[in-house]
Amino acid sequence: MGVGIRVTNLNAWYGDNHTLQDINLHMPANNATALIGPSGCGKSTFVRCLNRMHETNPIARATGSVMMGDLDIYKDASPVEVRRRVGMVFQRPNPFPTMSIYDNVASGLRLNGFRNRRVLDEVVERSLRSAALWDEVKDDLKRKSGASISGGQQQRLCIARALAVDPEVLLMDEPASALDPVSTSKIEDLIFQLKSQYTIVIVTHNMQQAARVAENTGFFLNGKMIEFAATHKIFTNPTDKRTEDYITGRFG
Amino acid sequence: MQPQGMVSSADAAASALEAGDGGSPSLIRTFLQGRGSSAVADGTFRNLMMLCSLSIFAIVAFIAWELVKGSSASIHEFGFAFFRTETWDPVSGEFGAWPFIYGTLVSSLLALLMAVPLAIGVAVFLTEMCPRPLRGPISFLTELLAAIPSVVYGLWAVFVLVPLMRDHIGPFLLKTLGWTGFFGGYNMGIGMLTASIILAIMILPIISSITREVMTAVPISQREAALALGATRWEMVRIGVLRNARIGIVGGVILGLGRALGETMAVTMVIGNSPQIAKSLFAPGYTLASVIANEFSEATGDLYLSALMEIGLALFLVTILVNALARLLVWAVTRGAPARVA
Ligand SMILES: Nc1ncnc2c1ncn2[C@@H]1O[C@H](COP(=O)(O)OP(=O)(O)O)[C@@H](O)[C@H]1O
Ligand SMILES: [Mg+2]
Repeated sequence: MGVGIRVTNLNAWYGDNHTLQDINLHMPANNATALIGPSGCGKSTFVRCLNRMHETNPIARATGSVMMGDLDIYKDASPVEVRRRVGMVFQRPNPFPTMSIYDNVASGLRLNGFRNRRVLDEVVERSLRSAALWDEVKDDLKRKSGASISGGQQQRLCIARALAVDPEVLLMDEPASALDPVSTSKIEDLIFQLKSQYTIVIVTHNMQQAARVAENTGFFLNGKMIEFAATHKIFTNPTDKRTEDYITGRFG
Repeated sequence: MQPQGMVSSADAAASALEAGDGGSPSLIRTFLQGRGSSAVADGTFRNLMMLCSLSIFAIVAFIAWELVKGSSASIHEFGFAFFRTETWDPVSGEFGAWPFIYGTLVSSLLALLMAVPLAIGVAVFLTEMCPRPLRGPISFLTELLAAIPSVVYGLWAVFVLVPLMRDHIGPFLLKTLGWTGFFGGYNMGIGMLTASIILAIMILPIISSITREVMTAVPISQREAALALGATRWEMVRIGVLRNARIGIVGGVILGLGRALGETMAVTMVIGNSPQIAKSLFAPGYTLASVIANEFSEATGDLYLSALMEIGLALFLVTILVNALARLLVWAVTRGAPARVA
Protein backbone atom coordinates (compact mmCIF):
# COMPACT_ATOMS: atom_id res chain seq x y z
CA MET A 1 0.00 0.00 0.00
CA GLY A 2 1.16 3.46 -0.77
CA VAL A 3 1.83 6.35 1.58
CA GLY A 4 1.23 10.06 1.09
CA ILE A 5 4.18 12.36 0.40
CA ARG A 6 4.45 15.81 1.94
CA VAL A 7 7.23 18.01 0.65
CA THR A 8 8.10 21.13 2.66
CA ASN A 9 10.51 23.89 1.61
CA LEU A 10 12.55 21.65 -0.62
CA ASN A 11 15.58 23.31 -2.19
CA ALA A 12 18.13 21.63 -4.39
CA TRP A 13 21.38 22.69 -6.01
CA TYR A 14 23.81 21.42 -8.61
CA GLY A 15 26.94 23.30 -7.61
CA ASP A 16 25.83 26.95 -7.63
CA ASN A 17 22.82 26.25 -9.79
CA HIS A 18 19.77 26.60 -7.52
CA THR A 19 17.77 23.98 -9.36
CA LEU A 20 14.74 23.71 -7.04
CA GLN A 21 13.44 26.64 -5.04
CA ASP A 22 11.10 26.28 -2.07
CA ILE A 23 8.93 23.45 -3.31
CA ASN A 24 5.86 22.70 -1.17
CA LEU A 25 3.21 20.14 -2.03
CA HIS A 26 1.27 17.15 -0.81
CA MET A 27 0.73 14.05 -2.90
CA PRO A 28 -2.01 11.83 -1.47
CA ALA A 29 -1.54 8.09 -0.97
CA ASN A 30 -2.54 5.63 -3.72
CA ASN A 31 -2.89 8.35 -6.31
CA ALA A 32 -0.93 9.22 -9.39
CA THR A 33 0.60 12.68 -9.49
CA ALA A 34 1.89 14.05 -12.78
CA LEU A 35 4.67 16.61 -13.03
CA ILE A 36 4.85 18.71 -16.16
CA GLY A 37 6.97 21.61 -17.33
CA PRO A 38 9.54 22.54 -19.97
CA SER A 39 12.91 20.74 -20.16
CA GLY A 40 15.42 21.82 -17.56
CA CYS A 41 12.81 23.18 -15.13
CA GLY A 42 13.82 20.69 -12.43
CA LYS A 43 11.29 17.85 -12.68
CA SER A 44 13.95 15.14 -12.69
CA THR A 45 15.79 16.83 -9.87
CA PHE A 46 12.59 16.94 -7.85
CA VAL A 47 11.85 13.26 -8.40
CA ARG A 48 15.42 12.32 -7.55
CA CYS A 49 15.09 14.18 -4.27
CA LEU A 50 12.21 11.87 -3.36
CA ASN A 51 14.46 8.80 -3.17
CA ARG A 52 17.64 10.67 -2.26
CA MET A 53 19.20 9.80 -5.58
CA HIS A 54 19.96 13.49 -6.06
CA GLU A 55 22.73 13.39 -3.48
CA THR A 56 24.62 10.62 -5.32
CA ASN A 57 25.89 13.35 -7.63
CA PRO A 58 29.01 14.74 -5.93
CA ILE A 59 28.19 18.37 -6.73
CA ALA A 60 24.54 18.11 -5.68
CA ARG A 61 22.93 19.27 -2.42
CA ALA A 62 19.41 19.47 -1.05
CA THR A 63 17.64 20.96 2.00
CA GLY A 64 14.09 20.81 3.30
CA SER A 65 11.87 17.98 4.39
CA VAL A 66 10.15 15.14 2.58
CA MET A 67 7.68 13.12 4.67
CA MET A 68 6.57 9.76 3.37
CA GLY A 69 3.79 8.75 5.67
CA ASP A 70 5.35 9.30 9.10
CA LEU A 71 8.89 8.99 7.86
CA ASP A 72 11.08 12.03 7.27
CA ILE A 73 13.31 10.55 4.59
CA TYR A 74 16.10 13.06 5.13
CA LYS A 75 16.13 12.72 8.94
CA ASP A 76 14.88 9.32 10.00
CA ALA A 77 16.38 7.04 7.39
CA SER A 78 19.51 6.31 5.40
CA PRO A 79 19.36 6.66 1.60
CA VAL A 80 19.42 2.88 1.27
CA GLU A 81 16.44 2.49 3.61
CA VAL A 82 14.55 5.14 1.66
CA ARG A 83 15.22 3.45 -1.66
CA ARG A 84 14.03 0.12 -0.33
CA ARG A 85 10.62 1.73 0.10
CA VAL A 86 10.60 3.89 -3.01
CA GLY A 87 10.82 2.28 -6.43
CA MET A 88 12.14 4.21 -9.40
CA VAL A 89 11.79 3.84 -13.15
CA PHE A 90 14.15 5.87 -15.30
CA GLN A 91 13.70 7.57 -18.63
CA ARG A 92 15.89 5.11 -20.48
CA PRO A 93 15.23 1.48 -19.59
CA ASN A 94 18.22 0.22 -17.59
CA PRO A 95 17.85 -3.53 -17.05
CA PHE A 96 20.99 -5.35 -15.93
CA PRO A 97 22.30 -6.75 -19.22
CA THR A 98 24.29 -9.57 -17.65
CA MET A 99 21.26 -10.94 -15.78
CA SER A 100 18.37 -13.02 -17.05
CA ILE A 101 14.87 -11.59 -17.02
CA TYR A 102 14.15 -13.57 -13.87
CA ASP A 103 17.30 -12.40 -12.13
CA ASN A 104 16.54 -8.80 -13.05
CA VAL A 105 13.19 -8.93 -11.32
CA ALA A 106 14.60 -10.84 -8.36
CA SER A 107 17.61 -8.54 -7.99
CA GLY A 108 16.03 -6.16 -5.48
CA LEU A 109 15.04 -8.97 -3.14
CA ARG A 110 18.28 -10.89 -3.59
CA LEU A 111 20.23 -7.74 -2.74
CA ASN A 112 18.57 -7.80 0.61
CA GLY A 113 19.53 -11.39 1.19
CA PHE A 114 16.20 -12.95 0.22
CA ARG A 115 16.86 -16.52 -0.90
CA ASN A 116 13.60 -18.50 -0.63
CA ARG A 117 13.20 -19.96 -4.14
CA ARG A 118 9.50 -20.65 -3.96
CA VAL A 119 8.60 -17.16 -2.78
CA LEU A 120 11.00 -15.61 -5.29
CA ASP A 121 9.31 -17.52 -8.10
CA GLU A 122 5.97 -16.23 -6.91
CA VAL A 123 7.11 -12.63 -6.56
CA VAL A 124 8.76 -12.66 -9.98
CA GLU A 125 5.62 -13.96 -11.61
CA ARG A 126 3.36 -11.54 -9.75
CA SER A 127 5.59 -8.56 -10.57
CA LEU A 128 5.83 -9.49 -14.22
CA ARG A 129 2.06 -9.91 -14.34
CA SER A 130 1.54 -6.51 -12.71
CA ALA A 131 3.90 -5.04 -15.27
CA ALA A 132 1.90 -6.71 -18.06
CA LEU A 133 4.98 -8.52 -19.27
CA TRP A 134 4.42 -12.06 -18.02
CA ASP A 135 2.77 -13.51 -21.10
CA GLU A 136 5.49 -12.20 -23.37
CA VAL A 137 8.46 -13.54 -21.43
CA LYS A 138 7.25 -16.46 -19.36
CA ASP A 139 8.86 -19.02 -21.68
CA ASP A 140 12.36 -17.65 -21.49
CA LEU A 141 12.55 -16.14 -18.05
CA LYS A 142 15.92 -17.65 -17.27
CA ARG A 143 17.23 -18.02 -20.79
CA LYS A 144 17.05 -14.49 -22.09
CA SER A 145 19.09 -11.55 -20.89
CA GLY A 146 17.30 -8.48 -19.59
CA ALA A 147 18.75 -6.50 -22.47
CA SER A 148 17.73 -8.86 -25.25
CA ILE A 149 14.04 -7.86 -25.27
CA SER A 150 12.53 -4.81 -26.98
CA GLY A 151 12.76 -1.32 -25.48
CA GLY A 152 9.12 -1.30 -24.40
CA GLN A 153 9.52 -4.71 -22.81
CA GLN A 154 12.72 -3.58 -21.11
CA GLN A 155 10.89 -0.65 -19.55
CA ARG A 156 8.12 -2.92 -18.29
CA LEU A 157 10.84 -5.22 -16.96
CA CYS A 158 12.26 -2.27 -15.05
CA ILE A 159 8.79 -1.57 -13.68
CA ALA A 160 8.49 -5.21 -12.63
CA ARG A 161 11.90 -4.98 -11.00
CA ALA A 162 10.78 -1.93 -9.04
CA LEU A 163 7.48 -3.57 -8.04
CA ALA A 164 9.14 -6.77 -6.82
CA VAL A 165 10.31 -5.11 -3.61
CA ASP A 166 6.71 -3.98 -2.95
CA PRO A 167 7.48 -0.26 -2.69
CA GLU A 168 5.19 2.29 -1.10
CA VAL A 169 5.98 4.91 -3.70
CA LEU A 170 6.82 4.51 -7.37
CA LEU A 171 8.76 7.29 -9.09
CA MET A 172 8.68 7.41 -12.87
CA ASP A 173 10.81 9.94 -14.74
CA GLU A 174 9.41 10.17 -18.27
CA PRO A 175 9.03 6.39 -18.35
CA ALA A 176 7.58 6.32 -21.86
CA SER A 177 9.50 9.05 -23.63
CA ALA A 178 11.99 6.63 -25.18
CA LEU A 179 9.25 4.26 -26.33
CA ASP A 180 6.99 3.81 -29.34
CA PRO A 181 3.26 4.70 -29.08
CA VAL A 182 2.09 1.10 -28.54
CA SER A 183 4.53 0.53 -25.69
CA THR A 184 3.62 3.96 -24.34
CA SER A 185 -0.05 3.12 -24.15
CA LYS A 186 0.79 -0.17 -22.45
CA ILE A 187 2.76 1.70 -19.82
CA GLU A 188 -0.09 4.15 -19.33
CA ASP A 189 -2.61 1.33 -18.83
CA LEU A 190 -0.17 -0.10 -16.37
CA ILE A 191 0.09 3.11 -14.36
CA PHE A 192 -3.66 3.27 -14.28
CA GLN A 193 -3.79 -0.24 -12.81
CA LEU A 194 -0.95 0.29 -10.36
CA LYS A 195 -2.09 3.49 -8.73
CA SER A 196 -4.70 1.72 -6.63
CA GLN A 197 -1.83 0.09 -4.74
CA TYR A 198 1.05 2.51 -4.97
CA THR A 199 1.60 6.22 -4.72
CA ILE A 200 2.88 7.13 -8.14
CA VAL A 201 4.83 10.21 -9.15
CA ILE A 202 5.25 10.49 -12.89
CA VAL A 203 7.16 13.08 -14.88
CA THR A 204 5.84 13.50 -18.38
CA HIS A 205 6.13 15.79 -21.37
CA ASN A 206 2.90 14.46 -22.71
CA MET A 207 -0.18 16.38 -21.55
CA GLN A 208 -2.61 13.70 -22.67
CA GLN A 209 -0.63 11.21 -20.64
CA ALA A 210 -0.91 13.39 -17.55
CA ALA A 211 -4.61 13.87 -18.17
CA ARG A 212 -5.19 10.14 -18.61
CA VAL A 213 -3.35 8.75 -15.61
CA ALA A 214 -3.04 11.39 -12.89
CA GLU A 215 -5.45 12.71 -10.28
CA ASN A 216 -3.23 15.70 -9.54
CA THR A 217 -0.78 17.61 -11.65
CA GLY A 218 2.04 19.98 -10.72
CA PHE A 219 3.47 22.52 -13.14
CA PHE A 220 7.16 23.37 -12.78
CA LEU A 221 8.94 26.33 -14.32
CA ASN A 222 12.55 27.43 -13.77
CA GLY A 223 12.96 25.47 -10.56
CA LYS A 224 9.70 26.66 -8.97
CA MET A 225 6.39 24.92 -8.65
CA ILE A 226 3.99 27.33 -10.22
CA GLU A 227 0.76 25.46 -9.68
CA PHE A 228 -0.42 22.22 -8.14
CA ALA A 229 -4.06 21.13 -8.46
CA ALA A 230 -6.45 18.46 -9.63
CA THR A 231 -5.50 17.44 -13.14
CA HIS A 232 -8.79 18.46 -14.74
CA LYS A 233 -8.49 21.89 -13.14
CA ILE A 234 -4.93 22.40 -14.41
CA PHE A 235 -5.96 21.47 -17.90
CA THR A 236 -9.29 23.25 -18.09
CA ASN A 237 -9.07 26.17 -15.73
CA PRO A 238 -5.54 26.92 -14.50
CA THR A 239 -5.13 29.70 -11.96
CA ASP A 240 -1.74 30.92 -13.13
CA LYS A 241 -1.24 32.63 -16.46
CA ARG A 242 2.07 30.80 -17.01
CA THR A 243 0.40 27.41 -16.58
CA GLU A 244 -2.19 28.36 -19.15
CA ASP A 245 0.49 29.51 -21.57
CA TYR A 246 2.34 26.23 -21.17
CA ILE A 247 -0.58 23.87 -21.59
CA THR A 248 -1.95 25.77 -24.54
CA GLY A 249 1.47 25.47 -26.12
CA ARG A 250 2.39 29.13 -26.10
CA PHE A 251 5.88 28.28 -24.85
CA GLY A 252 8.07 25.37 -23.78
CA MET B 1 43.21 19.24 -46.82
CA GLN B 2 40.14 21.31 -46.19
CA PRO B 3 38.62 23.38 -48.96
CA GLN B 4 38.21 26.37 -46.59
CA GLY B 5 41.96 26.46 -46.22
CA MET B 6 42.32 27.63 -49.78
CA VAL B 7 40.34 30.85 -49.44
CA SER B 8 40.98 33.72 -47.09
CA SER B 9 37.99 36.07 -47.10
CA ALA B 10 34.24 35.71 -47.14
CA ASP B 11 34.16 37.06 -50.70
CA ALA B 12 36.63 34.51 -51.88
CA ALA B 13 34.63 31.80 -50.12
CA ALA B 14 31.50 32.90 -51.91
CA SER B 15 33.21 32.93 -55.27
CA ALA B 16 34.73 29.55 -54.58
CA LEU B 17 31.24 28.14 -54.38
CA GLU B 18 30.05 29.77 -57.58
CA ALA B 19 30.65 28.41 -61.00
CA GLY B 20 33.43 30.20 -62.84
CA ASP B 21 33.13 31.92 -66.25
CA GLY B 22 32.13 29.94 -69.25
CA GLY B 23 30.48 27.19 -67.15
CA SER B 24 33.76 25.87 -65.77
CA PRO B 25 33.20 24.10 -62.41
CA SER B 26 33.64 25.97 -59.11
CA LEU B 27 36.85 25.94 -57.12
CA ILE B 28 35.52 23.45 -54.59
CA ARG B 29 34.10 21.15 -57.25
CA THR B 30 37.44 21.14 -59.02
CA PHE B 31 39.22 20.46 -55.79
CA LEU B 32 36.92 17.60 -54.90
CA GLN B 33 37.08 16.09 -58.36
CA GLY B 34 40.84 16.22 -58.20
CA ARG B 35 40.74 13.97 -55.18
CA GLY B 36 40.21 10.98 -57.40
CA SER B 37 38.33 7.80 -56.64
CA SER B 38 38.57 6.22 -53.20
CA ALA B 39 39.19 2.75 -54.57
CA VAL B 40 42.96 3.02 -54.50
CA ALA B 41 43.12 4.67 -51.08
CA ASP B 42 40.66 2.24 -49.49
CA GLY B 43 42.33 -0.74 -51.07
CA THR B 44 45.78 0.33 -49.99
CA PHE B 45 44.59 1.05 -46.48
CA ARG B 46 42.90 -2.32 -46.21
CA ASN B 47 45.94 -4.22 -47.45
CA LEU B 48 48.26 -2.29 -45.20
CA MET B 49 46.17 -3.07 -42.13
CA MET B 50 45.86 -6.68 -43.18
CA LEU B 51 49.63 -6.86 -43.48
CA CYS B 52 49.98 -5.51 -39.95
CA SER B 53 47.72 -8.16 -38.50
CA LEU B 54 49.23 -10.94 -40.60
CA SER B 55 52.69 -9.99 -39.38
CA ILE B 56 51.57 -11.06 -35.90
CA PHE B 57 50.74 -14.53 -37.16
CA ALA B 58 54.03 -14.65 -39.02
CA ILE B 59 56.02 -13.71 -35.93
CA VAL B 60 54.28 -16.28 -33.75
CA ALA B 61 54.71 -19.01 -36.35
CA PHE B 62 58.36 -18.10 -36.82
CA ILE B 63 59.08 -18.27 -33.09
CA ALA B 64 57.32 -21.60 -32.76
CA TRP B 65 59.25 -22.96 -35.73
CA GLU B 66 62.62 -21.83 -34.37
CA LEU B 67 61.85 -23.32 -30.97
CA VAL B 68 60.88 -26.66 -32.44
CA LYS B 69 63.93 -26.69 -34.70
CA GLY B 70 66.30 -25.77 -31.87
CA SER B 71 64.94 -28.43 -29.58
CA SER B 72 64.78 -31.25 -32.11
CA ALA B 73 67.70 -33.15 -30.51
CA SER B 74 65.99 -33.10 -27.16
CA ILE B 75 62.63 -34.03 -28.69
CA HIS B 76 64.26 -37.05 -30.37
CA GLU B 77 66.00 -38.14 -27.21
CA PHE B 78 63.19 -37.81 -24.68
CA GLY B 79 59.99 -37.60 -26.68
CA PHE B 80 56.84 -36.52 -24.90
CA ALA B 81 58.19 -37.78 -21.57
CA PHE B 82 60.28 -34.60 -21.44
CA PHE B 83 57.27 -32.67 -20.15
CA ARG B 84 56.54 -35.06 -17.27
CA THR B 85 60.03 -36.11 -16.20
CA GLU B 86 61.05 -34.76 -12.81
CA THR B 87 64.82 -35.06 -13.14
CA TRP B 88 66.98 -32.25 -14.44
CA ASP B 89 70.56 -33.43 -14.31
CA PRO B 90 72.90 -31.84 -16.86
CA VAL B 91 75.87 -33.86 -15.59
CA SER B 92 74.36 -37.22 -16.44
CA GLY B 93 72.45 -35.80 -19.40
CA GLU B 94 68.96 -36.38 -18.06
CA PHE B 95 66.50 -33.62 -18.76
CA GLY B 96 62.84 -33.22 -17.76
CA ALA B 97 60.73 -30.06 -17.68
CA TRP B 98 58.07 -30.91 -15.13
CA PRO B 99 59.59 -29.12 -12.08
CA PHE B 100 59.87 -25.94 -14.13
CA ILE B 101 56.36 -26.18 -15.54
CA TYR B 102 55.11 -26.80 -12.01
CA GLY B 103 57.08 -23.87 -10.61
CA THR B 104 55.87 -21.54 -13.33
CA LEU B 105 52.22 -22.47 -12.92
CA VAL B 106 52.20 -22.47 -9.12
CA SER B 107 54.08 -19.20 -8.70
CA SER B 108 51.87 -17.45 -11.27
CA LEU B 109 48.57 -18.77 -9.92
CA LEU B 110 49.54 -17.89 -6.35
CA ALA B 111 50.47 -14.44 -7.57
CA LEU B 112 47.04 -14.06 -9.18
CA LEU B 113 45.37 -15.27 -6.01
CA MET B 114 47.01 -12.45 -4.11
CA ALA B 115 46.98 -9.74 -6.77
CA VAL B 116 43.44 -9.99 -8.16
CA PRO B 117 41.46 -9.18 -4.99
CA LEU B 118 43.89 -6.41 -4.15
CA ALA B 119 43.77 -4.97 -7.67
CA ILE B 120 39.97 -5.02 -7.76
CA GLY B 121 39.92 -3.39 -4.33
CA VAL B 122 42.20 -0.62 -5.56
CA ALA B 123 40.05 -0.12 -8.68
CA VAL B 124 36.78 -0.08 -6.73
CA PHE B 125 38.20 2.42 -4.29
CA LEU B 126 39.52 4.64 -7.08
CA THR B 127 36.36 4.66 -9.20
CA GLU B 128 33.62 4.54 -6.59
CA MET B 129 34.86 5.94 -3.30
CA CYS B 130 38.05 7.92 -3.58
CA PRO B 131 37.69 11.68 -3.03
CA ARG B 132 38.24 13.35 -6.38
CA PRO B 133 41.52 15.15 -5.58
CA LEU B 134 43.18 11.88 -4.49
CA ARG B 135 42.14 9.95 -7.57
CA GLY B 136 44.82 11.25 -9.91
CA PRO B 137 47.80 10.80 -7.55
CA ILE B 138 46.79 7.28 -6.49
CA SER B 139 46.21 6.03 -10.03
CA PHE B 140 49.49 7.62 -11.04
CA LEU B 141 51.28 5.79 -8.25
CA THR B 142 49.78 2.41 -9.17
CA GLU B 143 50.78 2.91 -12.76
CA LEU B 144 54.25 3.95 -11.70
CA LEU B 145 54.62 0.50 -10.13
CA ALA B 146 54.32 -0.93 -13.63
CA ALA B 147 57.21 1.17 -14.88
CA ILE B 148 59.80 -0.11 -12.40
CA PRO B 149 62.27 -2.51 -14.06
CA SER B 150 61.94 -6.05 -12.79
CA VAL B 151 65.53 -6.25 -11.62
CA VAL B 152 64.73 -3.46 -9.19
CA TYR B 153 61.85 -5.50 -7.84
CA GLY B 154 64.28 -8.39 -7.53
CA LEU B 155 66.76 -6.31 -5.54
CA TRP B 156 64.02 -5.01 -3.29
CA ALA B 157 62.81 -8.55 -2.76
CA VAL B 158 66.30 -9.80 -1.88
CA PHE B 159 66.99 -7.05 0.62
CA VAL B 160 63.55 -6.42 2.10
CA LEU B 161 61.10 -9.18 1.31
CA VAL B 162 63.43 -12.14 1.94
CA PRO B 163 64.40 -11.10 5.50
CA LEU B 164 60.80 -10.16 6.21
CA MET B 165 59.68 -13.56 5.01
CA ARG B 166 62.35 -15.36 7.00
CA ASP B 167 61.89 -13.54 10.29
CA HIS B 168 58.23 -12.49 10.42
CA ILE B 169 55.79 -13.63 7.71
CA GLY B 170 57.12 -17.17 7.50
CA PRO B 171 57.04 -17.92 11.24
CA PHE B 172 53.58 -16.38 11.47
CA LEU B 173 52.25 -18.56 8.64
CA LEU B 174 53.87 -21.61 10.17
CA LYS B 175 52.14 -20.92 13.48
CA THR B 176 48.68 -20.17 12.06
CA LEU B 177 48.50 -22.28 8.92
CA GLY B 178 51.26 -24.82 9.51
CA TRP B 179 48.68 -27.58 9.89
CA THR B 180 47.77 -27.33 6.18
CA GLY B 181 51.22 -28.60 5.24
CA PHE B 182 51.75 -25.74 2.80
CA PHE B 183 53.93 -23.85 5.23
CA GLY B 184 56.53 -26.11 6.73
CA GLY B 185 60.12 -27.27 6.52
CA TYR B 186 63.14 -25.06 6.52
CA ASN B 187 62.34 -21.42 5.79
CA MET B 188 65.27 -19.48 4.38
CA GLY B 189 63.15 -16.62 3.16
CA ILE B 190 63.62 -17.52 -0.47
CA GLY B 191 61.31 -19.91 -2.24
CA MET B 192 58.01 -20.30 -4.01
CA LEU B 193 55.98 -18.06 -1.71
CA THR B 194 58.44 -15.16 -1.85
CA ALA B 195 58.54 -15.41 -5.64
CA SER B 196 54.73 -15.38 -5.78
CA ILE B 197 54.53 -12.31 -3.57
CA ILE B 198 56.96 -10.35 -5.71
CA LEU B 199 55.07 -11.47 -8.83
CA ALA B 200 51.80 -10.36 -7.25
CA ILE B 201 53.23 -6.90 -6.62
CA MET B 202 54.48 -6.72 -10.19
CA ILE B 203 51.19 -7.64 -11.85
CA LEU B 204 49.02 -5.57 -9.50
CA PRO B 205 49.27 -2.31 -11.49
CA ILE B 206 48.25 -3.73 -14.84
CA ILE B 207 45.24 -5.57 -13.43
CA SER B 208 44.07 -2.65 -11.36
CA SER B 209 44.46 -0.06 -14.09
CA ILE B 210 42.57 -2.18 -16.61
CA THR B 211 39.87 -2.92 -14.05
CA ARG B 212 39.61 0.78 -13.32
CA GLU B 213 39.20 1.58 -17.02
CA VAL B 214 36.41 -0.92 -17.60
CA MET B 215 34.64 0.08 -14.39
CA THR B 216 34.70 3.72 -15.44
CA ALA B 217 33.11 2.70 -18.74
CA VAL B 218 30.04 1.23 -17.04
CA PRO B 219 27.27 3.81 -17.48
CA ILE B 220 25.88 5.71 -14.48
CA SER B 221 22.42 4.35 -15.32
CA GLN B 222 23.51 0.88 -14.19
CA ARG B 223 24.67 2.25 -10.86
CA GLU B 224 21.40 4.12 -10.45
CA ALA B 225 19.38 1.02 -11.31
CA ALA B 226 21.04 -0.79 -8.43
CA LEU B 227 20.83 2.13 -6.01
CA ALA B 228 17.14 2.64 -6.75
CA LEU B 229 16.50 -0.92 -5.64
CA GLY B 230 17.91 -0.11 -2.21
CA ALA B 231 21.41 -1.42 -2.84
CA THR B 232 24.16 -0.43 -0.45
CA ARG B 233 27.39 0.93 -1.88
CA TRP B 234 29.04 -2.48 -2.05
CA GLU B 235 25.92 -4.14 -3.50
CA MET B 236 25.74 -1.41 -6.11
CA VAL B 237 29.38 -1.99 -7.04
CA ARG B 238 28.80 -5.73 -7.17
CA ILE B 239 25.69 -5.93 -9.35
CA GLY B 240 25.77 -2.56 -11.09
CA VAL B 241 29.48 -2.25 -11.88
CA LEU B 242 31.65 -5.36 -11.40
CA ARG B 243 29.09 -7.64 -13.02
CA ASN B 244 28.98 -5.45 -16.10
CA ALA B 245 32.73 -5.06 -16.18
CA ARG B 246 33.61 -8.69 -15.60
CA ILE B 247 34.79 -9.52 -19.10
CA GLY B 248 37.13 -6.57 -19.15
CA ILE B 249 38.40 -7.49 -15.71
CA VAL B 250 39.15 -11.03 -16.84
CA GLY B 251 41.01 -9.52 -19.78
CA GLY B 252 43.17 -7.57 -17.33
CA VAL B 253 43.75 -10.68 -15.23
CA ILE B 254 44.86 -12.61 -18.32
CA LEU B 255 47.34 -9.88 -19.19
CA GLY B 256 48.67 -9.99 -15.63
CA LEU B 257 48.92 -13.76 -15.80
CA GLY B 258 50.86 -13.53 -19.04
CA ARG B 259 53.34 -11.22 -17.37
CA ALA B 260 53.64 -13.53 -14.35
CA LEU B 261 54.25 -16.62 -16.45
CA GLY B 262 57.10 -15.04 -18.35
CA GLU B 263 58.66 -12.92 -15.61
CA THR B 264 62.29 -13.89 -15.26
CA MET B 265 64.63 -11.58 -13.40
CA ALA B 266 62.84 -10.89 -10.12
CA VAL B 267 61.70 -14.49 -9.80
CA THR B 268 65.16 -15.88 -10.46
CA MET B 269 66.54 -13.72 -7.67
CA VAL B 270 64.23 -15.07 -4.98
CA ILE B 271 62.78 -18.44 -5.94
CA GLY B 272 65.84 -20.48 -4.92
CA ASN B 273 66.48 -22.07 -8.33
CA SER B 274 66.19 -25.68 -7.37
CA PRO B 275 64.33 -28.04 -9.72
CA GLN B 276 62.13 -29.78 -7.20
CA ILE B 277 58.47 -30.19 -6.43
CA ALA B 278 57.64 -29.60 -2.79
CA LYS B 279 54.34 -29.21 -1.02
CA SER B 280 55.67 -26.51 1.27
CA LEU B 281 55.63 -23.05 -0.26
CA PHE B 282 58.71 -22.17 1.78
CA ALA B 283 60.71 -24.63 -0.29
CA PRO B 284 62.74 -23.34 -3.23
CA GLY B 285 61.53 -23.97 -6.75
CA TYR B 286 62.41 -23.10 -10.31
CA THR B 287 60.52 -21.69 -13.27
CA LEU B 288 60.80 -22.19 -17.02
CA ALA B 289 61.95 -18.64 -17.60
CA SER B 290 64.48 -18.71 -14.74
CA VAL B 291 66.20 -21.90 -15.83
CA ILE B 292 66.69 -20.56 -19.33
CA ALA B 293 68.17 -17.32 -18.02
CA ASN B 294 70.41 -19.09 -15.51
CA GLU B 295 71.78 -21.97 -17.54
CA PHE B 296 71.84 -20.83 -21.14
CA SER B 297 75.28 -19.26 -20.97
CA GLU B 298 76.84 -22.28 -19.30
CA ALA B 299 75.06 -24.99 -21.26
CA THR B 300 77.69 -27.36 -22.58
CA GLY B 301 76.83 -29.95 -25.16
CA ASP B 302 74.16 -29.97 -27.83
CA LEU B 303 71.65 -31.98 -25.86
CA TYR B 304 71.79 -29.58 -22.90
CA LEU B 305 71.27 -26.61 -25.20
CA SER B 306 68.53 -28.39 -27.04
CA ALA B 307 66.78 -29.25 -23.76
CA LEU B 308 66.85 -25.58 -22.80
CA MET B 309 65.30 -24.71 -26.16
CA GLU B 310 62.58 -27.22 -25.42
CA ILE B 311 62.05 -25.51 -22.06
CA GLY B 312 61.40 -22.37 -24.10
CA LEU B 313 58.95 -24.31 -26.20
CA ALA B 314 57.25 -25.52 -23.02
CA LEU B 315 56.92 -21.94 -21.76
CA PHE B 316 55.43 -20.97 -25.11
CA LEU B 317 52.91 -23.81 -24.92
CA VAL B 318 52.04 -23.19 -21.26
CA THR B 319 51.34 -19.55 -22.01
CA ILE B 320 49.11 -20.39 -24.96
CA LEU B 321 47.29 -23.11 -23.03
CA VAL B 322 46.65 -20.98 -19.96
CA ASN B 323 45.35 -18.13 -22.08
CA ALA B 324 43.07 -20.44 -24.02
CA LEU B 325 41.73 -21.94 -20.80
CA ALA B 326 41.06 -18.51 -19.35
CA ARG B 327 39.16 -17.44 -22.45
CA LEU B 328 37.19 -20.66 -22.43
CA LEU B 329 36.25 -19.93 -18.85
CA VAL B 330 35.01 -16.45 -19.74
CA TRP B 331 33.04 -17.84 -22.62
CA ALA B 332 31.43 -20.51 -20.46
CA VAL B 333 30.48 -18.06 -17.71
CA THR B 334 29.06 -15.37 -19.95
CA ARG B 335 27.43 -17.55 -22.56
CA GLY B 336 24.00 -16.18 -23.44
CA ALA B 337 24.42 -12.89 -21.63
CA PRO B 338 25.57 -9.90 -23.64
CA ALA B 339 29.11 -8.85 -22.93
CA ARG B 340 28.49 -5.20 -22.41
CA VAL B 341 25.86 -2.68 -21.48
CA ALA B 342 23.69 -1.63 -24.39
N1 LIG C 1 24.04 16.16 -13.39
C1 LIG C 1 23.85 17.48 -13.44
N2 LIG C 1 24.88 18.32 -13.20
C2 LIG C 1 24.70 19.66 -13.22
N3 LIG C 1 23.54 20.26 -13.47
C3 LIG C 1 22.47 19.49 -13.72
C4 LIG C 1 22.57 18.06 -13.72
N4 LIG C 1 21.35 17.54 -13.99
C5 LIG C 1 20.53 18.59 -14.17
N5 LIG C 1 21.19 19.77 -14.01
C6 LIG C 1 20.62 21.10 -14.10
O1 LIG C 1 19.51 21.18 -13.27
C7 LIG C 1 18.44 21.85 -13.90
C8 LIG C 1 17.20 21.00 -13.87
O2 LIG C 1 17.41 19.80 -14.60
P1 LIG C 1 16.39 18.61 -14.59
O3 LIG C 1 15.92 18.38 -13.21
O4 LIG C 1 17.05 17.47 -15.27
O5 LIG C 1 15.20 19.16 -15.49
P2 LIG C 1 14.00 18.40 -16.20
O6 LIG C 1 13.99 16.98 -15.75
O7 LIG C 1 12.79 19.16 -15.79
O8 LIG C 1 14.23 18.52 -17.66
C9 LIG C 1 18.90 22.17 -15.31
O9 LIG C 1 19.25 23.53 -15.35
C10 LIG C 1 20.12 21.32 -15.52
O10 LIG C 1 21.06 22.02 -16.28
MG1 LIG D 1 14.28 15.19 -16.87
